[in-house]
Amino acid sequence: MVTLTTNHTTGVPSSLTKVVEIKNLKKSFNDRVVLNNVNLDLYERENLAVLGRSGSGKSVLIKCMVGLLRADEGDIQVLGYDVSSLSAKKLIELRLQVGFSFQGSALYDSMTVRQNLEFPLKRNLGIYDRDQLDEIVMTSLKEVGLERAIDQRPDELSGGMKKRIGIARTLILKPKIMLYDEPTSGLDPQTSEEINELILQVRDQYHTASIIITHDVSCARQVSDRVVALIDGESKLEGTFEELEAANDSNLKHFFNY
Amino acid sequence: MTIKKALIDVASIYKFIIEFFKTTFSPPYEGREILNQCFAIGNKSLFLVTFTSFLAGIVFTKQSQPSLASFGAESWLPSLVSQAVVRSLGPLITGLICAGKLGSNMGAELGSMKVTEQIDAMEVSGTRPFSYLVVTRVVASTLMLPLLVIYADGVALMGSFIMVNSFSDSGFQLYINEVSTSITYLDVFSSMIKAALFGFAIGIISCYSGYNSDNGTIGVGKAANIAVVASMTFIFIIDLIMLQFLNLVR
Repeated sequence: MVTLTTNHTTGVPSSLTKVVEIKNLKKSFNDRVVLNNVNLDLYERENLAVLGRSGSGKSVLIKCMVGLLRADEGDIQVLGYDVSSLSAKKLIELRLQVGFSFQGSALYDSMTVRQNLEFPLKRNLGIYDRDQLDEIVMTSLKEVGLERAIDQRPDELSGGMKKRIGIARTLILKPKIMLYDEPTSGLDPQTSEEINELILQVRDQYHTASIIITHDVSCARQVSDRVVALIDGESKLEGTFEELEAANDSNLKHFFNY
Repeated sequence: MTIKKALIDVASIYKFIIEFFKTTFSPPYEGREILNQCFAIGNKSLFLVTFTSFLAGIVFTKQSQPSLASFGAESWLPSLVSQAVVRSLGPLITGLICAGKLGSNMGAELGSMKVTEQIDAMEVSGTRPFSYLVVTRVVASTLMLPLLVIYADGVALMGSFIMVNSFSDSGFQLYINEVSTSITYLDVFSSMIKAALFGFAIGIISCYSGYNSDNGTIGVGKAANIAVVASMTFIFIIDLIMLQFLNLVR
């Protein structure tokens, strides 16, 4: 991988520690190699955008990080856990510290927004007190500006609202790391802008480190402290957004010539 | 290729069943959700079970009456119907209705959750989706089927009584006496066991097909279809095996 900056933590203080370290990651489905020789570091309180075309293996990368998919080769260290060798119990322990915002929001469609947000509180934190649940849920919804949607069902929400609720549900467990899978895909420019602002707000308010998987250049520009370009399943370039843009790399031309 | 795929499917459903038993007997237990599922299963099936059992009782009695009458054995009608209902008709009708109603519901619901990444979302939030979604449904269907069968037997016998009464003008007390003397504890007990096995088969097959579905909406449809067809097939297989076994016991 070509590192375009001498300081990996450009945009964030250099004293920060690594929370994710991926080395030589390889993942195939049957004979098709999706990820090959992927190397990536994430530092605390940093927003790292992983930029790549559709089908370049970006979503597979973050699914490997939370153990939804098992890597064929390579090391994945997340918050000090070696993901490939974790027991089921340890994996749950890790997952409680990592928030995952899905591309399609993945809201539980048999539940209202309130029930969606209460679900992790009841299941993971054992909170069943009505007043306490209401307070936490309302606070989370206020943070994403959607208190009014509390009793609506997912099928009554717009794409942008679903994304926000999905993020709120993830944040309710106060994760240390956030993984966003295509947070702005399928959204209009204004809603995309709002989601980007929310991602920045999450970093500043919760001090989370985040990986934002995207093919949306304006999203990467707006939210990232650093960008890794994933080309044909390989992490080829790394640097700030401006550095990648200035690199004039043939693989990235189609991204920046928009 | 088809044989290879079939073998892979058998191995994978075997692993699914092992996973079910391992998860069922390890904490945290899902008592609250099992009760919710029991209520949902009872609620969803009650009307259909009532309707079909009642009709089955009427039809079976009406069809049996001429044959018995030709031998002058019309008085055996309550005895014949009650044995047929408790031993076979009740469990079979309830099993088939539940396979259609619950099987398609479970297959489509879990399949849709799978393709929209809701199951993955549960997984990454530290919830054990297998325990929450699969164990609860399979345990609930295993527990509820015997109860539904008892209910269906009762309703079918009521339907039968209406027909018996129209033929012979015999009273309800006499009918109940004849029914109760012709049914043994073994009949009732084996019927419950059979119903529980039907419930388990419906739950495990439907959850398996939904939980492992892919290919988007086509996969969801396929999951619902497999859930119903395979559940119904297994109901007949279990019925046959139980019949052979009970013949040995009797």
